[in-house]
Amino acid sequence: MPSLTDVMTADADLARAPGIRTMAAKGAAPEDAFVDWLCRMGDNCLVLGHRVSEWCGHSPVLEEDIALANTALDLIGQTQLWLGLAGEVEGKGRTADNLAYLRDAAQFRNVLLVERPNGDFGQTLMRQFLFDAWHMEMLRALQASSDKRVAEIAAKAAKEVAYHLERSADLVIRLGDGTEESRTRMQKALNVLWPYTGELFLGDAVDQATAEAGIAPAPASLKAAWDRTVAEVLAEATLVKPEGTFQHKGGKQGRHTEALGFILADMQFLQRAYPGGTW
Amino acid sequence: MSGAVLPDIQMVRHWLAQVPDPEIPVISLTDLGIIRDVEWQDDTLVVTVTPTYSGCPATSVINLDIEAALRAKGIQKLRLERQLSPPWTTDWITAEGREKLRAYGIAPPVDGTAADGRLAGRIARLAGTSNLVIACPRCGSTKTEKVSQFGSTPCKASYRCTDCLEPFDYFKCI
Repeated sequence: MPSLTDVMTADADLARAPGIRTMAAKGAAPEDAFVDWLCRMGDNCLVLGHRVSEWCGHSPVLEEDIALANTALDLIGQTQLWLGLAGEVEGKGRTADNLAYLRDAAQFRNVLLVERPNGDFGQTLMRQFLFDAWHMEMLRALQASSDKRVAEIAAKAAKEVAYHLERSADLVIRLGDGTEESRTRMQKALNVLWPYTGELFLGDAVDQATAEAGIAPAPASLKAAWDRTVAEVLAEATLVKPEGTFQHKGGKQGRHTEALGFILADMQFLQRAYPGGTW
Repeated sequence: MSGAVLPDIQMVRHWLAQVPDPEIPVISLTDLGIIRDVEWQDDTLVVTVTPTYSGCPATSVINLDIEAALRAKGIQKLRLERQLSPPWTTDWITAEGREKLRAYGIAPPVDGTAADGRLAGRIARLAGTSNLVIACPRCGSTKTEKVSQFGSTPCKASYRCTDCLEPFDYFKCI
């Protein structure tokens, strides 16, 4: 876990963090913001895809094992599209693989929510649902992006994510409105994960630049629809939205919890130990 | 192939219709609707392919199979292009492909039933149920139930028939 001073960093401090100084400054090249934004989309998919794939062979029942593996597969496929485009826009010859395997934690731009440990099956599903509900709204909005490539990837990914959301919402309801044991676990998962949802809707200079260019919606504009979906599903699941308002942040700017380091140690081992190795 | 007559496009399409899908070998790549275009650009054959699911591991195998099949027919200059838009939809699976799926034991997609991620207003009906009537590909009974939204591949869901008791895959609509 990060120290309190780390997670309670004020916006002004974030703007001074290494790597985003140029973004925060006025007149930053829009291409840089675009690449950063594409890495956020790709890294969310990559880190969550890796997390979900950790269940492969360990799920409570075979059908769920297969469903989780297929969800992870979709997310890794979407990662290739987003990071592939990030490399293309950046124009320095980096591929999706280069970006996935050769960046260190501070260069990753995923929200903290997706790097949270899997916990039990309930926590994994709750994290998936909270993310899917945001992902669906984001992809829906991106289909109107001023960048044709972004709109095309979003249209492709939206079809897959619609099934992710239907599945995670279904299971959150069934487990929440289930046995005493399953309800307790789902409520606990919600309480633990809730403070990581605020970051999805928090904008910074990168978001402002991409919004002004018509590439992506301002993060806050997705909040109302997300709130509605989450409130309806939680009500049906007999779960209670946590009271607290404290929200962690920093992942989008590369300030991660230690959890990401462990993920990367596992995911990047082969390329770090055997640089350039191929199948 | 300089000087030689290039095979016509209909012939090339016919060859591609004989390349099986690596995951569901009973249907061909053209049955699946993923071959979006075939054309000659000068003396280079350009085949445009769209992926089914963005992470489907069969995609790279499909490209290898296309290349191997066309090389075997003597095509020397060949380029495969990926086309993302419009995104692949199960509506493009041919009528013949659907019959082949059913005969193989996979219920074909029911058009117009793709998930759209809009949950509002139907959340109470979401939990554990399916609003689709999927006929069992073995006995034809419509008394079937969904086991899981994902089956042996991302493109399928798991169902079972409560009449003949057989489990089966349903090719879900996207």
